Amino acid sequence: MLSAPNLDYELLAPIMIILGGALIGVLIEAFAKPAWRARLQLVISLAAIVISFNQLVRVRNDGSSIAAVTSVSVDGAGMFLQGAILIFAFLGILVIADQDNFAPQASALPGSAEEAAAIQAGKQQTEVFPLTMFAVAGMMLFPVATDYITLFVALEVLSLPLYLMAGLSRRRRLLSQEAALKYFLLGAYSSAFFLFGAALLYGYSGTISLNGLTDAIRGNTGNDVFLLLGIIFLSVGLLFKVGAVPFHSWKPDVYQGAPTPITGFMAAATKAAAFGATLRIFYLGLDAAQTSWKPFIAVISVITMIVGSLAAISQRDMKRMLAYSSIAHAGFVLTAIVSLSENALSASLFYLFAYGVATIGAFAIITIVRDSAGEVSDVNRWIGLGKKSPLVASVFSLFLLSFAGIPLTSGFVGKFSIFSAAYESGNIMLVVVGVLSSAIAVFFYLRVILMLFFTDATNDSISVVIPSILTRISISISAIFTIILGIAPSLLFDIAQDFAYFLR
Amino acid sequence: MDISNYIYLSAILFTIGAIGVVVRRNAIVVFMCIELMLNAANLAFVTFSRIHGNLAGQVTSFFTMVVAACEVVVGLAIIVAIYRSRRSASVDDASLLKR
Repeated sequence: MLSAPNLDYELLAPIMIILGGALIGVLIEAFAKPAWRARLQLVISLAAIVISFNQLVRVRNDGSSIAAVTSVSVDGAGMFLQGAILIFAFLGILVIADQDNFAPQASALPGSAEEAAAIQAGKQQTEVFPLTMFAVAGMMLFPVATDYITLFVALEVLSLPLYLMAGLSRRRRLLSQEAALKYFLLGAYSSAFFLFGAALLYGYSGTISLNGLTDAIRGNTGNDVFLLLGIIFLSVGLLFKVGAVPFHSWKPDVYQGAPTPITGFMAAATKAAAFGATLRIFYLGLDAAQTSWKPFIAVISVITMIVGSLAAISQRDMKRMLAYSSIAHAGFVLTAIVSLSENALSASLFYLFAYGVATIGAFAIITIVRDSAGEVSDVNRWIGLGKKSPLVASVFSLFLLSFAGIPLTSGFVGKFSIFSAAYESGNIMLVVVGVLSSAIAVFFYLRVILMLFFTDATNDSISVVIPSILTRISISISAIFTIILGIAPSLLFDIAQDFAYFLR
Repeated sequence: MDISNYIYLSAILFTIGAIGVVVRRNAIVVFMCIELMLNAANLAFVTFSRIHGNLAGQVTSFFTMVVAACEVVVGLAIIVAIYRSRRSASVDDASLLKR
């Protein structure tokens, strides 16, 4: 006879609440009047996120490695990242709520009479709210999953809604659809690699859990060919999601084509989730085989940092530039995986949070810099913005300074702690490359800031629209986090250190 | 028959799929190649399940099938949307983002 599995609902509740919110969102789409939908969806989504976060805080001290038998391990690092993802989702949804960024009816042909009629009728594609919530649920499950089934399902649950949302931009719709196609094909390609890697590791160890994998590596019971090939294929899938070179080619295109609020949310939250799972797999599952993957990841980390920083210099589109900057940041976090120490883990947790809030804020600002045809992401047209809208330009500069890692912003603390952890663990070469590529990165961030403030405007068609109150809240919270974590990093750093553990 | 032949078959199918994604130009065919890769992984899971004598691999392959079905829904929706606005499903025609 089968016995029911023993589930720890208290610990799984944060994910379930989000899924519940998403399902209510689907029902609202089916039954509520169109005029009410956007408002209802917003309230339900935000409420679910707040309740879920509250539940997460309540159970923060009783982590368990058997929250769902051997499939889910809700431990310190997992809970920290779940909390970070919930905060990103909260800030992201505030920006997403500005429906002016989304196609009124995604099924209408771009430029057709049907689309014009949909705009005329004021239609809204409010499905983005439940889609976002499903993605959030997948993102929360990904960093705590400990077997291949859960990992793969979480990976797809977080990716599938994002593929769709990438294609929903209101303006430049062909570009947006193209971004969705690229993201989908390359994303599905990488999940296939991930799955095949999981199959090979199952072949190696005979179990689908990460713990079983560790035991098999320690006991040296399997065929090493399967282990090595499995590690490589699994890493390809994960490195694609975090956007490491040479698996980064989707990132600039998708960041540019997707609706900007989605780009911001995706850049912050997907990265946290994907790095959560990557850290768990390498720290916990493959820890015993570190001599076989460390050189591989170290090389990827080095070329990711260099290529990301160098390619960002030549970008003329603000969203593409931030995409390359995001690639470079992925390289910095990868050094933490190579360092493989508790300090590196807490540093990367802090880094992912600091980078995420600044990213959401930066992309939220891009949504409000517009001309008559919609938002302007061409860097050259931002010239002189500092004279027209000093406040917006200063906050944007703050986020850029944080990306660059200038002292007194959260980015500096993140970079410093990640590099010092790498130094302690003896990876001097990575630290040198990291500092050099940070120096290159400072160049292009400062160039943008100089353009904003110290160059006279050449044309007057660009303007900053008055942001909706929700977007304004989101930008303000991001800016406040960025400053506070720069001035008093220990507020979050202590928490990150307390939570920097994985449970087997 | 030697059971390891199924592993070789799975590796061959996966390789065919992986190469197909790179060389084919039609989005639908690219997509079919990805499905082939997922099914190659399924075959590997089931074979290893047989070799190790436990059911975990077979259960995984069921989950993979469901996930692959969801992926088809999302993927075809995107491809159809692209086809309707461009009258072409070639991945080479979708190049507005390259400048």
